[in-house]
Amino acid sequence: MTYSTVGRSVPRKEGREKVTGQSKYVDDISFPGMLHGVTVRSPIARGRLRKIEFTGMIPWHEFTIVTAKDIPGENCVQLILDDQPLLADDLINHPEEPVVLLAHPDKYLLERARNFVKFDIEPLPPVFTIEESEAKTAIVWGEDNVLKNFRMDKGDVESVWDTAGFIVEGEYRTGAQEQLYIEPNGIIATANPEDGITIWGSMQCPYYIHKALLKPFGLPPEKVRVIQMETGGGFGGKEEYPSIIAGHAALLAWKSGKPVKLVYDRAEDMAATTKRHPSRTRHRTAVSSDGKLLAMDIEFVIDGGAYATLSAVVLSRGTIHAAGPYACPNVRIRSRAMATNCPPHGAFRGFGAPQSIFALERHMDKVARTVGLSPEEFRRRNFLHEGDTTATGQMIREPVDLNAMLQRAFTLSDYHAKQERFARDNQTSQVKRGIGFASFFHGAGFTGSGERYLQSVVGLEARADGSVHILASSTEIGQGTNTILCQIAADTLGIEYDRVHIARPDTRDVPNSGPTVASRTCMVVGKLVESAAIGLKRMLAEQGLEKYPLRSFSQYEAPPGIFWDDETYKGDAYGAFAWAVYVAEVSVDTITFEMKVEDFVALQEVGRVIHPLLAAGQIEGGVAQAIGYALYEKVIWREGRMANHQMTNYIMPTSADLPPIRVCFEEMPYAYGPLGAKGIGELPMDGPAPAILNAIENATGVPVNEIPLMPEMLMDGLACA
Amino acid sequence: MRVIQFTVNGVSNEVNVWPMARLLDVLREDLGLTGTKEGCGEGECGACAVLLDGELVNSCLIPVVQADGSKVVTIEGLSGSLQDAFLRTGGAQCGICTPGMIMAAHALLERTPKPTLDQIREGLAGNLCRCTGYQKIYDAVALAAESA
Repeated sequence: MTYSTVGRSVPRKEGREKVTGQSKYVDDISFPGMLHGVTVRSPIARGRLRKIEFTGMIPWHEFTIVTAKDIPGENCVQLILDDQPLLADDLINHPEEPVVLLAHPDKYLLERARNFVKFDIEPLPPVFTIEESEAKTAIVWGEDNVLKNFRMDKGDVESVWDTAGFIVEGEYRTGAQEQLYIEPNGIIATANPEDGITIWGSMQCPYYIHKALLKPFGLPPEKVRVIQMETGGGFGGKEEYPSIIAGHAALLAWKSGKPVKLVYDRAEDMAATTKRHPSRTRHRTAVSSDGKLLAMDIEFVIDGGAYATLSAVVLSRGTIHAAGPYACPNVRIRSRAMATNCPPHGAFRGFGAPQSIFALERHMDKVARTVGLSPEEFRRRNFLHEGDTTATGQMIREPVDLNAMLQRAFTLSDYHAKQERFARDNQTSQVKRGIGFASFFHGAGFTGSGERYLQSVVGLEARADGSVHILASSTEIGQGTNTILCQIAADTLGIEYDRVHIARPDTRDVPNSGPTVASRTCMVVGKLVESAAIGLKRMLAEQGLEKYPLRSFSQYEAPPGIFWDDETYKGDAYGAFAWAVYVAEVSVDTITFEMKVEDFVALQEVGRVIHPLLAAGQIEGGVAQAIGYALYEKVIWREGRMANHQMTNYIMPTSADLPPIRVCFEEMPYAYGPLGAKGIGELPMDGPAPAILNAIENATGVPVNEIPLMPEMLMDGLACA
Repeated sequence: MRVIQFTVNGVSNEVNVWPMARLLDVLREDLGLTGTKEGCGEGECGACAVLLDGELVNSCLIPVVQADGSKVVTIEGLSGSLQDAFLRTGGAQCGICTPGMIMAAHALLERTPKPTLDQIREGLAGNLCRCTGYQKIYDAVALAAESA
């Protein structure tokens, strides 16, 4: 008998524990003798640290106090470059820079003591915006404030400007966005030179933390162990930052000889940890008189904050997605990440793509209007088809049909009838309605050679009791890793879903299946599970049932025919793309300037859908987060610091704010994905913001090109109209 | 310090605590009931929601002295159709908002056994979820109401 779960919504593996409150998140556990830790941060954005003073009526002798001087090895947070210190020693580069760590058994006293650590800092001139950084009013990173730049060329844009029917220019901006997982960041550490370090925490990438602890403590890999606890959301916000918290907790544990718990409160988490990179995109587009794209010249700039962190790879993904799913013979994309004295910006669902896609999909509407075509007709004339090449020269090898998807999305949303009705009713109504859309793609997995460098490994273990256990470091952070990987293993082995289990990500026990990022868990790690399962079946056939436990491992291999050149940024940027058309319907009150999304249709092609309920949940949650990005979630910056670092005044969508989100899938099985699946998690972050602003322009005639779009901005726009 | 006496999930408790300690901390640290979560500590997210004498409250805003002599119900004290419904409809993703969300849903169904979609949306508007976009949570509440 064979079993099949793919395409069926089997119960979430860890669901029962979650709905009964039995799941253990990091703050739910404690150890005997455990201390609490806090981080004391710089009061200013940039300067030279001269002195640290411990003042006030605080029993300082009871405290474990750690400064940069206590770091046994190298003072760095290991990532792509090692430019960020674990604790500031000399130079302060942003206003949330960690300088001193304190630990004490009494967390109330600890909180009070934090305020009595005083710093003497000689101020240095800071830069806070992309423009100040570009103007080099101060050099705050490297020689020119440029953390990273890319240039991509396809054809020759310069050959076209003189003969084009139309040339259309535009500038588009996006703000920072807080991930706002509901569980704040937190880590517990035990550490000493003999036993090494053990970390329990909320995280996406156990092996990132593992690697980041080696240099500061000068330990060999086998002396560091990292264990993921149940994790209350990540969205990228627990990709790289937990490496810092783990380093801090371990330093306090190392010095005190006791377990240390370092859990951020909401205000600290919002202010100090990473957010989505703010961006500015400039487009110059040449179009023929019959509405065909001739040249796209794109400048894409992001604010990286004070250190390099992941900005280079965020920039890379944003750059590659900047020209979207359109066929254009001449494309030039120049991009750069600029340093500022804000806390480093980092990974957040979409990873650079939501920024550049926002710009492109707003710009496409503008070009269409200039050419005299409807937004849909202009896109129809330029969509990529099978056999066409993207901006990196990647040939589309799947039979994608964006025209048909557009048509289906319009049918589902009743686009044309609504557009007509709104145009008529808006003439006499105080509340204007509008409808708009965005068409886009999102590449799954690491960009370019990334997956080849990662060399991810997954193991499968068959035990004598008939159970099978998946060994992988991929984390369950809400998106359904545990469930879908077990489904893929069960179906490939032909056994019941209930007999397959997944090990807790613990670097002592599981191989490195790569980070839980980049919409790669289903497509890339799922494929490794499938391969390991095929290997396990072969072992069972060859060796029989005598030698339990049986273990089968598989390692990443690139699909055939994939080529990427890191130097020229040409070739196959991604193994596969997910494709989508999203339609937003909005209402705008022209007296109060309140804007609401009234209806939302999200149509996407994501390969085979492994678990319909989880897949729809990913899209619904992503669209909700992107509606926040477009209309509600504004980070207010003051001197490089987030001023509204509270849920009270940083507003994410509640159940009262959101429209019905109608999710539809098209499924073209992908030959190199597990059972035909591709990636899905980041896609829904890309399309909603431009679709909503296109709809708002449709309703009001006001072309706003910046998000988050606050009522005040619309008021100004309408006043000028 | 002061002795506070209250009933939690039907069990009588006596704790000797600072009277202004948050009910949330007393539940989690003194009584070991870690199903109640802290998301924001300022009454915005609802992850710490419990029932205090039948009323839905954010336990991060309640000084424990206020619970003296009261009956508290936490996620550990609920059983039944709501949890099953959240499991079946995909109403829980990362799970951190889930206990508070289920407490809010429970309070809603106590006052409105057959809520409309708008009543569900309003009833849950004090509980933030960053994963689901809420739709599968509405489905869970509707399913629980139907099967009650």
